[in-house]
Amino acid sequence: MRISGENLACSRGGREVFAGLNFSVSSGEALLVTGPNGAGKSSLLRMIAGLICKSAGQLELTGGDDEASLAEQAHYLGHQDALKPSLTVAENLQFWAAFYGAGHETVAPALETAGLAPLADLPAAYLSAGQRRRLSIARLAAVKRVLWLLDEPTSALDEASQKRLAELMRGHLAGGGMIIAAAHGPIGLDRARELKLGPS
Amino acid sequence: MNALLALLLRDIRLNTRVGGGALMGALFYLIVVVMMPFALGPDLALLARIGPAILWLGALLASLLALDRLFATDHDDGSLDLLMMSKLPLELAIAAKAIAHWLTTALPLVIITPVLGLMLNIELGAMGWVALTLLAGTPALTFIGLIGAALSVALRRGGLLLAVLVLPLTIPVLIFGVAAANAAITGATSFGPAFTILCALSLASLVLGPFAAAAALRHGLE
Amino acid sequence: MAVIDLANPTRFLNLVNRVLPWLVAATILVFAFGLVRVVHAPDDYQQGATVKIMFLHVPAAWLGMMGWGLMAVAALGTLVWRHPLADVAGKTAAPIGAAFTFICLVTGSLWGRPTWGTYWVWDARLTSVLVLFLLYLGVLALYWTAEDPGRGSRAAAILALVGAVNIPIIKFSVDWWNTLHQPASILRMGGSAIDPSILIPLLIMTGAFTLLFFTLHLAAMRNEILRRRVRSMRLMQAASA
Repeated sequence: MRISGENLACSRGGREVFAGLNFSVSSGEALLVTGPNGAGKSSLLRMIAGLICKSAGQLELTGGDDEASLAEQAHYLGHQDALKPSLTVAENLQFWAAFYGAGHETVAPALETAGLAPLADLPAAYLSAGQRRRLSIARLAAVKRVLWLLDEPTSALDEASQKRLAELMRGHLAGGGMIIAAAHGPIGLDRARELKLGPS
Repeated sequence: MNALLALLLRDIRLNTRVGGGALMGALFYLIVVVMMPFALGPDLALLARIGPAILWLGALLASLLALDRLFATDHDDGSLDLLMMSKLPLELAIAAKAIAHWLTTALPLVIITPVLGLMLNIELGAMGWVALTLLAGTPALTFIGLIGAALSVALRRGGLLLAVLVLPLTIPVLIFGVAAANAAITGATSFGPAFTILCALSLASLVLGPFAAAAALRHGLE
Repeated sequence: MAVIDLANPTRFLNLVNRVLPWLVAATILVFAFGLVRVVHAPDDYQQGATVKIMFLHVPAAWLGMMGWGLMAVAALGTLVWRHPLADVAGKTAAPIGAAFTFICLVTGSLWGRPTWGTYWVWDARLTSVLVLFLLYLGVLALYWTAEDPGRGSRAAAILALVGAVNIPIIKFSVDWWNTLHQPASILRMGGSAIDPSILIPLLIMTGAFTLLFFTLHLAAMRNEILRRRVRSMRLMQAASA
């Protein structure tokens, strides 16, 4: 399986953020997108996720499910956590699992992986920023998708949680998954190739 | 189908929990209807004559203003992005949210209509029919209204823009709703034709609304 | 015991636990006594036995207004004197006051039905009570939508004070509005001169309902304090994981 982008260009608010971008990621590989603020890291991820339109270029996912679009085979972990404060921790994850078609038996193990099992019945409003991040990361563990698009996944995470995330990512890559992550620095992926955005 | 049901149940749960808007629509409806006599005077005969119009206007304003938050919360916390990345078409997801909204906001409104009709001196025998016109017409108000809700999220503007955009679109619903209600009370015209057109408007908006709203969200969130 | 001593929730809870059984007993006794007097009170020559709705309607009206007064005093306690339990007192008084106001509206409507021919007329007194009820619903909506008890309490306290100032103004305007249009019938609730055979049962029932208010209020305050304790414990549990 392989995802590749050719000659991608993106403009936001009339300004051209990047142009002529090429990348390719195969099964078991990770790509780390770095660059200064405003270079377009988040825009690139959102473009791959199908949330914004590309102004030029092509995106192709080969070897995956031919019936499904790219967005349907990807996880997007953005800056926001997509949590509802009035639902409990478990209910939040149960919703995403049900919505994406994963069975409800995946919820408890995912909460364990994120270290949130003792908080399962608490309203999500009571969680700290780091715990909320862990809950949205738990979504990645509960629903199986082949491509992970992570936008600054380690923000708000403490050291223990960063180790948990790194282990989760290693497991995903070992199982043949792909990761494209945007960050300002290393996030625990040892053998990731780097794509530098910004003025060259 | 499971995804649709999950979204529907989640939205119902969110609306009815603390901080949700469940009974707020009915409360606003109550207040608007109560305010009318202060402007018009306590003449019961007059109130009885324009009662259905007051009820319909109140229901219209209440339904519309409650729609403000329909997409805004999901947009603000990033859920909208994730809703667009599933196998469930965005149109169906929007329809599920709209149905949940109607159940928790518009349905209580219909239920308290008989009490408000009492206060406006509408005769008891006709109250059921008036409530029925609201039951048939409020889905149209919700599904047309969600077009404005989607547009105001896409354009990042607040409350009144939604009302300005949507109110003209709801004029047919208002006309036929009040006509049907009046027909039930006075019997001067027949209830059937106006009511049937009202139902047709609701059914049409059930299809038109989600498609227009989905287009607005997709293009607006660029 | 000075008010400041009651500032400690634990001490307050102990006090409530000791006082509540006595309050309940007193309420039941006064109700029993009052109901006996109500049954023996004379019927009105025009309205018959339905005039006895008054024994529920008038106390309910009084308690609806007293409830808001209590909320206003509690609001001062929250905003000005910063008494720790003031917001609990205000928050728990609101539903009880709203319920009594609602009872007043419903009994007023039922009482007037034989005379008016309809269930509702927009006469000055009933309309003022209706506006009071809407204000109560507003305060309840504030409490209900605030996820953080502290923030909701301050907002509701401000609304309670604004309402307390506004209610006389609203009452005056509604009276004036009502005089603009000649009402179809003039309902004399309770009559112009109240005979002692009616007045005494009325006062006893008012006393009974007031005792009921305070019994419910104290019990509700106890529940709210316990509810907040549960919430703090859950927050601590979340923070430690």
